Amino acid sequence: MAARERDGLKAVPYRSAYRRVAWFVVGALLVLGPVVFTPYWLGLLTQVMVFAVLAMSLDILLGYTGLPSLGHAGLFGVAAYAVAVLSTAHHASFWVCVIGGIVAGTLVSAVFGLFVSHVRDVYFLMITLALGMVVWGLSYRWIPVTGGDNGISGIPRLESHAGLPVSGPTPVYYVTLAVLIVCGVLMARLVRSPFGYTLRGIRENEARMKSLGFNTWLHCYVSYVIAGAFASVAGVLWAYYNGFVGPTYVDLTASSEVFLMVTLGGPGTLVGPALGAGAIVLLKNVMSAYTHRWLLILGAVYIVTILGAPQGLWNLRVSSPPRGTRRTRR
Amino acid sequence: MSWWRVALVVVIAGATLVATAQPVSPPIKLGFLAPLSGAYAQNGRDILNGLLLYLDEIGYRAAGRTIELLVEDDEAIPAVGLTKARKLVERDGVHVMAGALLSSTGYALAPYIDSMRIPMVYPVVSADDLTQRKRSKWIVRTGYSGSQPNHAFGEYAYRVLKLRKVATIALDYAFGWESVGGFERTFVADGGAVTQKIWCPVSVHDFAPYLTQVSRDVDAVYALVLGRAALQFMRQYREFGLKDRVLLIGAGTTTDEHVLPFMGDEALGVITALHYSAALDTPANRTFVAAYRARFRKIPSYYAESMYTGAKWLVAATESIHGHVEDRAALVDALRAVKVADLPRGPVELDAYGNPIENVYVRKVERVNGELQNTVIATFPKVSQFWKYNPSDYLKQPLYSR
Repeated sequence: MAARERDGLKAVPYRSAYRRVAWFVVGALLVLGPVVFTPYWLGLLTQVMVFAVLAMSLDILLGYTGLPSLGHAGLFGVAAYAVAVLSTAHHASFWVCVIGGIVAGTLVSAVFGLFVSHVRDVYFLMITLALGMVVWGLSYRWIPVTGGDNGISGIPRLESHAGLPVSGPTPVYYVTLAVLIVCGVLMARLVRSPFGYTLRGIRENEARMKSLGFNTWLHCYVSYVIAGAFASVAGVLWAYYNGFVGPTYVDLTASSEVFLMVTLGGPGTLVGPALGAGAIVLLKNVMSAYTHRWLLILGAVYIVTILGAPQGLWNLRVSSPPRGTRRTRR
Repeated sequence: MSWWRVALVVVIAGATLVATAQPVSPPIKLGFLAPLSGAYAQNGRDILNGLLLYLDEIGYRAAGRTIELLVEDDEAIPAVGLTKARKLVERDGVHVMAGALLSSTGYALAPYIDSMRIPMVYPVVSADDLTQRKRSKWIVRTGYSGSQPNHAFGEYAYRVLKLRKVATIALDYAFGWESVGGFERTFVADGGAVTQKIWCPVSVHDFAPYLTQVSRDVDAVYALVLGRAALQFMRQYREFGLKDRVLLIGAGTTTDEHVLPFMGDEALGVITALHYSAALDTPANRTFVAAYRARFRKIPSYYAESMYTGAKWLVAATESIHGHVEDRAALVDALRAVKVADLPRGPVELDAYGNPIENVYVRKVERVNGELQNTVIATFPKVSQFWKYNPSDYLKQPLYSR
């Protein structure tokens, strides 16, 4: 899917063959993950894939629609909290938790969307930041439900809750991989659909899209809700993977980290954010094992990327920016 | 049997003999977690110092095995703590873990520790429910529960300090609620009244909006703050003219030795309660304080003492099972059963719920030889986390909250 989802670039034949081999190797590694990796690395990889879904969903807003959201972790958090509350306080069944989580996150994004879809650029940034802080404040202060600062622990493990006959990190890994593939394909189809092209049109020149008769408000609104729905899927996975939710998952730091994953990996593509998610999660966890100065290294990586690859790592592959990705703004 | 077969058997038998004659047991791997960066880095650093000091004293050896220490920074973020715990257990294969500072991290780790069946010592995490309503088989707490010293202090405030009306100012999170809740329970049971409860966000920078709310007819203000906020609070309490008019009392962290050296005369006379004071005048504590000062050039905070004691506890348990830490169930049983003497804070034993029964000291800040210290003015011996209440009745009531 991902080889072709890069919008409209005509691939040279030998390059496409080369690329096919590369994708095959990555795919084989992912499928054979539990055989190749130790449980620790498998856990990290699961984490990467959860954040890949989240970063890709943010990219629908940031890269394709041109709406920089700083409250995306809030929507992710609402879904994670919904799973936590349903599974611990109400002892709900697996599917009730999964669907409840996704519906809760999507509903909240449908409500937030009404506020945020009116504004653009820095105002969008600020209002999403404010709404993200509202979610954080709720998670921190609505103590009877969210447990406040202590969060909610004791979420059942995915395989036991779903009644799978296997245990260990492998089932969670494969479920996450499957969800990542399904979400990736759906998002790839979305951004290459007429709707997706309209979003890009809005990003490039909203006034022109309006004059062509497009309801740009509605397009932005729907794009926000769709991004929220995918973020909720990631939130549900995260709740099950971690077995714990707390206010630190929904705060500004979490939101800006997702933002960095997208900008580092390459906004306006879907592989880029996944790559960014992988880079940040692995850098954080691997570096910190070797040095206490890992924050310094992470900071240096950001600066080098911004200077050397302002369009993100994935957009480095081509000498000129591919048609359809943004060139000038931001 | 041909000659080379005989030779092979001899070689194999010889190799087996050599292998069994020299039981070079692999090191005991001890995983440590605490915030070493971010806002709580200083507290985390103190916890690590306590551990390093004790491991140095025993030369990194217990029951004939060397101890290999693996340190990880949890950044005071529960998710990071969980990831680091996974790394320690699944990648490094630690036998036992120790550490964590914040209650939220403590709660986040508990289900994982239970599922992996790794014994863990919580030296500092004070969330009440970890040894009350949400107990874990694999976690042993060697520190205290948040409300524990405050139950004793509430009674002291009414009966000895003769206070009748108190206002509280506390950081707005579980540790604050549990400390204030514990104080209020025994203080009100005796006949006192908590007339105001003021909560400040954990990230508070300025106490002015909260200090102006304090009504002037209270006998004392009870404060729960720590770290940078404690320094700010003390300064502003004096600037607002409250210091000379209203007695300041509080939870132990408010004047703990992690902030006390940075305070001035504004801290004099403040009365707090905790299970430790660096000024405690016992031989064990004098030795500990001298060694800690010599190594780290500062006075030990309760964080440092907690981990020092936690490490001593862990090593004693390891020795009682002759170093067979691979038998995790035996290790966790040993952690609950072991008796450790000569601890800096005084006698400690674990109750049936895995929380220490220990002395609570009421301390008053004084200046001695030019240095501020928490002089012990009263001791409540053998205080349980349930105070004088019946544990099963106690547990039927909800956890302290705002």
